[in-house]
Amino acid sequence: MNVLVYLIPVSVTLGLLGLGGFVWTLRSRQYEDPEGSRARVLDDRWDDAPRS
Amino acid sequence: MTMACAGCVATPSRRDVAPVASDIVLHLPDIHCAACIGAVEDGLARVQGVRDVRVNLSQKRAFVAAAPEVNSDVLIGRLAALGHRAQLLDGTQVAGQGAVGQDLLMRIGVAGFAMMNVMLLSVAVWAGAAESTRQVFHLVAAAISLPAVAFSARPFFASAYRALAAGRLNMDVPIALAIGLSALVSLVGALSGSDRASWFDAALALTFFLLLGRYLDHLGRYAARSAAADLAALATPQALLMRDGREHVVRADTLLPGDVVRVTPGSRIPADGVILEGSSELDCAALTGETAPDPRQRGQDVAAGEMNLIAPLLVRCTRAGTDTTLRRLADLIAQAEMQKSRYSGLADRAARLYAPVVHLLGLAAFAGWWGATGDAGRAIEVAVSVLVITCPCALGLAVPAVSTVTTARLFRLGLLVKSRTALERLAEIDEVVFDKTGTLTTGLAVLETVPSDHDLMLAAGLAAGSSHPLSRALCAAAAERGLAPVAVQDVAEVAGCGVTASLDRVSLRLGRPEWVAPDRTASDRSEVWLQRGTDAPVVFAFSEQLRPDAAACVAALRADGIGVALLSGDAPAAVARIARALDLNEAQARVTPEGKVAWLQARAAAGRRVLMVGDGLNDTGALAVAHASLAPSTALDAARSLADVVLLSDSLLPIPGALAQSRRARRRMGQNMALALGYNLVSVPLALAGLATPLIAAIAMSTSSLTVSANAMRSTS
Repeated sequence: MNVLVYLIPVSVTLGLLGLGGFVWTLRSRQYEDPEGSRARVLDDRWDDAPRS
Repeated sequence: MTMACAGCVATPSRRDVAPVASDIVLHLPDIHCAACIGAVEDGLARVQGVRDVRVNLSQKRAFVAAAPEVNSDVLIGRLAALGHRAQLLDGTQVAGQGAVGQDLLMRIGVAGFAMMNVMLLSVAVWAGAAESTRQVFHLVAAAISLPAVAFSARPFFASAYRALAAGRLNMDVPIALAIGLSALVSLVGALSGSDRASWFDAALALTFFLLLGRYLDHLGRYAARSAAADLAALATPQALLMRDGREHVVRADTLLPGDVVRVTPGSRIPADGVILEGSSELDCAALTGETAPDPRQRGQDVAAGEMNLIAPLLVRCTRAGTDTTLRRLADLIAQAEMQKSRYSGLADRAARLYAPVVHLLGLAAFAGWWGATGDAGRAIEVAVSVLVITCPCALGLAVPAVSTVTTARLFRLGLLVKSRTALERLAEIDEVVFDKTGTLTTGLAVLETVPSDHDLMLAAGLAAGSSHPLSRALCAAAAERGLAPVAVQDVAEVAGCGVTASLDRVSLRLGRPEWVAPDRTASDRSEVWLQRGTDAPVVFAFSEQLRPDAAACVAALRADGIGVALLSGDAPAAVARIARALDLNEAQARVTPEGKVAWLQARAAAGRRVLMVGDGLNDTGALAVAHASLAPSTALDAARSLADVVLLSDSLLPIPGALAQSRRARRRMGQNMALALGYNLVSVPLALAGLATPLIAAIAMSTSSLTVSANAMRSTS
């Protein structure tokens, strides 16, 4: 079972990556306007370059 | 390896939680699609001095960052040119509303992350990992869950502490106890390497599901609060203050007694006062419900909230701000609000019964097992399993999940639910009381008689310059028939009486019957007479226009077995006409605001649950005292902010639909409660018998929470 010495840290690190991603989405206000995000998908103004 | 503390990683920094710095917040009631967003953002960005525009479709708001010289009127004008209605919101009232939701989401994220990782480790233990492997797993689980619990479950700990400090029990006390004890017992087990089961995953799952319920609950309250803030931010009545011979625009609540204000035709009197100059007719419908305008002259009193119809007035304020007639209903309202806050929702009542039972069960389990086996460790373990299993995960979701789903459905029907317990109260309604003016009727007069084209053109010519409601009704009737008003000369308005003019040197008079022809008797209908020279006068009779779907609404309510009544402050003849048109038996006229309150209280004492639908200031007391209340979107701000539900559309038809939806929601809440309790009935005996393992607890918690949420979202055709 010595492989666990690597596997547990690896799994926890992957989990933390996911948590970090969630924190990032939260901080960049991606949950503030669900209706708007749904509509903005259909908007082609920023297709070539992201909005500043 | 370096174990980062999940709590520290996730704690939102204050800087990021503060809302985007925006100078101007606009309310855009009509936007609904991607094209609207694009048009508004592009249109506003092209205005000189605007740095950034961000439209929030969920809140129907635009946040504009702009140079200080940019005026909101320019932005609103620009949007009007693009075909979008916009209103300025008070930025200070709007700021910082979303921070609590963000905070809860962060805690949910951390609890979810930790729960999934610890669950993986627990599965290995349940599958048979033993000895040192198990202890390592337990220690890793402890390292993940302790910081996560400390961070995520803080709202529960804090609330439980507050309750205990005040000597009360609330739902959070057993929750905090279950989470804290299970984490503590598991930590001791992990450190001592004992072979007892670990409850870390249970502590985390509890936190996760309870936070989810709390978040849904918050969304409901937030929607209610932000709607109220929208309405409040829109309602800043202004006044034209005369000082040093010039007019200043000031907020009505900053006026002081002695100030002199100018009230232009078509605006409301900002404060109680005495007329210094001018004479006009005032529309007091908002205060009394009467539709007939009331003539006032120099030296007479006027009250805040009355609408000036004809000529500009100079008014010296006698009472202003919070001291005006508007506030004479404040006592009524305050009393009613107190009664209403005593109404406790289904969830609160369940919690009040549930919390002591849970504590007793836990205590009994501990005492029983200790007495029977003498093993304190085992006894604590059983007590923890009882606390964890009885923990109200599903109960916490049962009500908020249903109200979130139903509130969203009602919003699509055109109703804004502002109060948290409004759905439950709407479900109990067995009688609906309507106000007349502005609620069942549009508040506009329409021409009832059919005069000849020539008479109508002539009357419209006289009425064209007047802003009196009956004059406007005459002009509207002429326009409807495609008739152009006759151009008349020497038009002069005689305040409180009518209009004189001349055509081809024949004098014309249009106005009140007793002024036009004092020797003739008029009927009690609201009429305007037109006299040419000394001819017999032509009679124009008016009636109030019913809202087009008022009859359908009343019929639908009757079909559902709900009583309908009409309470109005207007004259008996006008009320009787509307009652006849709608076939209402219960209709009362000349009811004072206090009378409405008394009527509703008598009904409540007789055991009826009454929904009050009203729009005026004279309805505010009744709105506050009724079991539930509803105001149309055209209602005055005071009425809208008091009502539990605001109708967003012009139609009354959503009302029966809303009542039906609430009854369905109420049934759903009951089902959810029963489901949640059903799980407990099965699992509590297991826990008391010492048979509940963390695996059983995890399954019971997740499945009950999922069933309850699924039941809430289940749609009915």
